[in-house]
Amino acid sequence: MGLWRALSGAHAIKPLFINTPSATARFVTCAILSFLLISIDHANDHLASIRSALSVVVYPVQVLVNAPVEAAASVAGSMKSRQALLDENERLRQENLLLSSKSQRFLALERENARLRELLDSSVVFDQQVIAADVLAIETTPSSRQIVVDKGSNQGVYVGQPLLDAYGVIGQVAAVGPFSSTALLITDPRHALPVLINRNGLRAIAVGGDQSNELNLSFISTNADIKTGDLVVTSGLGRRFPAGYPVGRVKDVTLEPGDPFATVSVEPSARVGHTREVLLVGPRPPVLDDERVSSLAP
Amino acid sequence: MDKPNRLWVIVLSFGVAFTLTAVPLPAWALAWRPAWIAMVLVYWCLALPERVGVLSGWAIGLLLDVLHGSILGQHAFGLAFVAYVSLQYHQRVRVYPLLQQAVFVGTVTLAYLLMMLWIYNLLGSVRYGLSYLFGALTTALLWPWIYVVLRDIRRRARVA
Repeated sequence: MGLWRALSGAHAIKPLFINTPSATARFVTCAILSFLLISIDHANDHLASIRSALSVVVYPVQVLVNAPVEAAASVAGSMKSRQALLDENERLRQENLLLSSKSQRFLALERENARLRELLDSSVVFDQQVIAADVLAIETTPSSRQIVVDKGSNQGVYVGQPLLDAYGVIGQVAAVGPFSSTALLITDPRHALPVLINRNGLRAIAVGGDQSNELNLSFISTNADIKTGDLVVTSGLGRRFPAGYPVGRVKDVTLEPGDPFATVSVEPSARVGHTREVLLVGPRPPVLDDERVSSLAP
Repeated sequence: MDKPNRLWVIVLSFGVAFTLTAVPLPAWALAWRPAWIAMVLVYWCLALPERVGVLSGWAIGLLLDVLHGSILGQHAFGLAFVAYVSLQYHQRVRVYPLLQQAVFVGTVTLAYLLMMLWIYNLLGSVRYGLSYLFGALTTALLWPWIYVVLRDIRRRARVA
């Protein structure tokens, strides 16, 4: 009753009855509009621009939610002791040394590979544009396999761009806004990824599994040469993911008698569920002049 | 008295609801996350039915679709439905005692979540179990508190 008194007391005239037929008409209009949107959005991606425009409105919320996580990380960083920082610095220096010595070898191999490929008259994309992005600590839908990253079309992110972390492939960008974008993880059942077994080059398609941290290889015949522990890498077929990035290791091979295909489950190498930093890898048109390659060499 | 418009209070309350919807929770609590946005929408539909209604519900639902990354139109339809039912019953519900209101809100939220579950399982590929509906219970339990908080805010800010 108190509420009613407050409502009627504050202002003298208030409509006692809302025009109900108009509310019904509005609801019916909204329902029709919704189902129209749902069917269009389900069938194709004509609505990407609407989604992108609306994501600008949602972006402040995403940043706001992420802020405490960011703050906690920065507080933890400033509270670290001097000794811990020195240790970390030392460890990173060693790691850097190791990686740069590896990359020296890599550059030599890359040059050799380019020469050989030129002999074979096939082109290859070497250098790739990489954008580092932070994963925003955002819940999308319960048990959903999507992440939101803090880079968008303003930074050159595009739909279909592959996402990697330090250990392997994570997913690909599904929707782009000006400041943020949503990526579908490789473990989502909607996602399929052309792969090959590194050991013998057997091609397959890795589809997201029912469990959250699992992929399944489709259409592997029962007599295929595949073992537990085999490394699975991207094959580059389908032209969306660059070739040769690790996807995962074969966890389990099950052969059902009478079943034409084996059930092969793969554990992703990337820390798909709990990564904070990702790399967005974009192809660049192949530039294969010798000058550039040699300028990269140490 | 100043102009009793104060649209920003309503917008801010929805902003807070969006934030609470996006806050990460531990895995066991995920299914129990209350439908914050539906709750705030029901409140404004009961308190100011001439200002917040079906169209506002629909627009907010569209934003929620973008936040969730779900099919555009899914939550828009659900929240338009929530707003519609609240508008239809607002004169009765706002004189109910809080407990009875909570039952009303819980039922509306259950219907809303059930519709979302159907659309997810029909069109999406990730299957959600019935645990998706647990949110309706926490929504009903939290309603009296939300109601009192929002009512005090509305009175103090003189939103009308």
